[in-house]
Amino acid sequence: MEKFSSHTGVGVPLRRSNVDTDQIIPAVYLKRVTRDGFEDGLFSAWRNDPTFVLNNEAYAAGSVLVAGPDFGTGSSREHAVWALQNYGFKAVISSRFADIFRGNSGKAGLLAAQVDEKVVQRLWDLLEESPGTTVTVDLESRTVRAGEGVDAVEDSFDIDDYTRWRLLEGLDDVGITLSHADDITAYEATRPSWKPATL
Amino acid sequence: MGRTLSEKVWDEHVVRSAAGEPDLLFIDLHLIHEVTSPQAFDGLRIAGRTVRRPDLTIATEDHNVPTVDWDKPIADPVSRTQVETLRKNCAEFGVRLHPLGDVEQGIVHVVGPQLGLTQPGMTIVCGDSHTSTHGAFGAIAFGIGTSEVEHVLATQTLMQAKPKTMAVTINGSLPPGVTAKDMVLTLIAHTGTGGGQGYIVEYRGQAIEELSMEGRMTVCNMSIEWGAKAGLIAPDQTTFDYIEGKPEAPKGADWDAAVAHWKTLVTDADAEFDEEIVLDASEMTPFVTWGTNPGQGVPLGASVPYPADFADAQDRVAAEKALQYMALEAGTPMREVKVDTVFVGSCTNGRIEDLRLAAEIIQGHTVDPDTRLLVVPGSVRVRLQAEAEGLDAIFKAAGAEWRGAGCSMCLGMNPDTLAPGERSASTSNRNFEGRQGKGGRTHLVSVPVAAATAVRGTLSSPADLEPFEKGASHPPQEPPVTVGSN
Ligand code: SF4
Repeated sequence: MEKFSSHTGVGVPLRRSNVDTDQIIPAVYLKRVTRDGFEDGLFSAWRNDPTFVLNNEAYAAGSVLVAGPDFGTGSSREHAVWALQNYGFKAVISSRFADIFRGNSGKAGLLAAQVDEKVVQRLWDLLEESPGTTVTVDLESRTVRAGEGVDAVEDSFDIDDYTRWRLLEGLDDVGITLSHADDITAYEATRPSWKPATL
Repeated sequence: MGRTLSEKVWDEHVVRSAAGEPDLLFIDLHLIHEVTSPQAFDGLRIAGRTVRRPDLTIATEDHNVPTVDWDKPIADPVSRTQVETLRKNCAEFGVRLHPLGDVEQGIVHVVGPQLGLTQPGMTIVCGDSHTSTHGAFGAIAFGIGTSEVEHVLATQTLMQAKPKTMAVTINGSLPPGVTAKDMVLTLIAHTGTGGGQGYIVEYRGQAIEELSMEGRMTVCNMSIEWGAKAGLIAPDQTTFDYIEGKPEAPKGADWDAAVAHWKTLVTDADAEFDEEIVLDASEMTPFVTWGTNPGQGVPLGASVPYPADFADAQDRVAAEKALQYMALEAGTPMREVKVDTVFVGSCTNGRIEDLRLAAEIIQGHTVDPDTRLLVVPGSVRVRLQAEAEGLDAIFKAAGAEWRGAGCSMCLGMNPDTLAPGERSASTSNRNFEGRQGKGGRTHLVSVPVAAATAVRGTLSSPADLEPFEKGASHPPQEPPVTVGSN
C-alpha cells in the first residue's frame, strides 16, 4: 500500500446524506474479479443526470469527496472503496461513516476523514460557490483546509490512531499479523475440541 | 463488575492485545461467497501465502446464481466467470465449497446455521454485511471487506477495536400476526440507520426469548441496517434444540461439553451496557417502509408521511428525495399503495418457517392478476423441505413463481430484477434506490404482509383477506377489492 501523508485536490460537494453502498456502486457492477475497472459503476444511477455534481466540468478532476452523514452504509463491498479510488478519489470527508466502509477505506488506502457536520456544510458552500477549489487533507496534522480569506475552512478531522499510523507508513495488515504467528499458534492450542470444523 | 454476553465471547477470542492497537481476534468460522472473495485469493497468490485454516472455512455460491435453469451453465458470462473463479480458488486452496447443484448450496447465512456450523460463543465473519444473522445463536458475527477476507484467509484472525455495548430490550409479547421482521423494522425506524453505529447489540427481553431461531435470525440479520457492528442473542433451550442433530453439531460427550459452556454465555446480572433501548412488543403492528432506507418505515395502517413532519432538516430533505424516487404522495394510506412484484426470500426471510407462513396465508387464494409473486427459498435444503411439505404446490396453484435457491431479487445481481419504475413488496432487508434493479422501488415487509399483498395487489395484511378454511368446498373466488382500513 502507498504511504499517505497529505493530499490536495479538487473538492467535490456531494450534498446527500445516507449515501449507501448500492448508490456508490450497484451490485451489477460487482462481477469483476480484479480490483480495478470499477469507476464505471461509481454513482451509476446518478451519472446520467446532467445536474449530478460529477457531470460538472469544474469537478471532473475531483479527488476529495465531501459527503453528508452516514456515508457508505449498507453492504460490506470493498468495491465501493475501489470504485472511488479507481475514479480518482484519494479522500472522503463526512460527518459520519458506516463502520465497514470506514474499515475498508483504511485497508485499501482511501482516507475517510470524519469532521463536524458544520465543517461539511461550510465546505459544501465554499465548493459550490467556487467550483474547482482544492481541499487539503493532511493526515500528519489531522486537518482539512480549503479556500482563502473570510470563507477559508480549516478544522481538524477524526481518524483512529492505528489506521492513521498504518496509512502514514503504508503498511500491509497481513504482514503485521503474521509477525505474531506464534501468538496465533499458541491460541489455537487452547481451542476446545468440540468447536466445529468444515473439513 | 460482571460482563455482558458480547464481552465474554470477545474476551474468549483475543489472541493478542496491546495498548494503542486493536485486539487480534481469532475467527472460528469464515464463510465465503463468489462476489467478495476473488481479489482476496489473488492477494494470497501474489504474496505466496496459503489459507491458514481451510478447516474453519466454507464457501457457497449465492449472490450471482440463477434461480431458474440452475442445472445449466450460467448464461451471463461475467457471472459465470466469477462463480468459476470461486471454484478454482477453493480447489487450489483446499476450501470446502457447495456449488450450484449441490444439496447444501444456498445463501451463505442460511447454509451456516442449517449445517449446524453456526454455534453459540463463536466468532464468525464473511465478506457480507448480513453476517450479523449468525448472532442469533449467541455468536459475534459481522461482515468484513475483501482486504479483511484476505487477512482472515492468511491468518484466521482479524484486528478489531472493541466496540461499545448496547442492550435492546423488547418487553411483552408480539400480538398475533406480528413478526420478528415487524419488530426489527419498528426498531430501525426508532433508531435511524446510524443509531447502532459503533455498538455490538444484545437483543433481549420476553419478546426476543419467545422468538423461534428463524425469528431471531431475522432480527439479528437486520442489525447492520441500523448501523450496528453486530447483534446477538443469548443462547437458550430454543438455541440448543435447533442445533442438536444438525450435521456439524457436536455429538455425544462433545455435545455435553459444548452445552455446558454455552449455558455460561449470558450477560451477568451486574454487567453494564454503554447504552440501552427499551421497546414494548405488545404495541407493535405490521410495519412497512415507504422510503429508500430501512429506517423510513411506518405501521401498515398509517399513511405516507409528510416531509414537513420531520424535525431534523437532513431527515426532511432525505424524505423529499425518497418520496420522489418512490413516486409516492405524502398522506396516501400505505394500504392503497399498488405493488407490481412481491418477493419472498433472502437471508432475512427465506427460511422454511417463512415459506410455511407464506403458504398458509396464500393457500386458497390467487395472486392478483396485475402482480407477480416470486418465492425463492434460501437454500436447496429449504427448497427440498418445502417441496416435501407440498408448499411449492400451494404457491404454484396460487399463480406464484417457485424458484431455485439464492439471493435472487434481494440484490438483483442475477436476472431476477425489477424493471425501472416497478414497485415491489419485499421480505428482504434493503430498500436502497435501485437495490432490486435500476429504478426499482422497494417496500420492505414481513412475510405475512408479502403474502397478503400478493393476493390483493396493494400493501395488505392477512387480516384484509377473506378467510379460507382448509377443506372448504368453495374457496373464495375473488380476493376482496375494497381498500382495507385499520
Ligand atoms: S440474500 Fe440479500 S442480504 Fe442476504 S446475503 Fe444475499 S444479497 Fe446479501
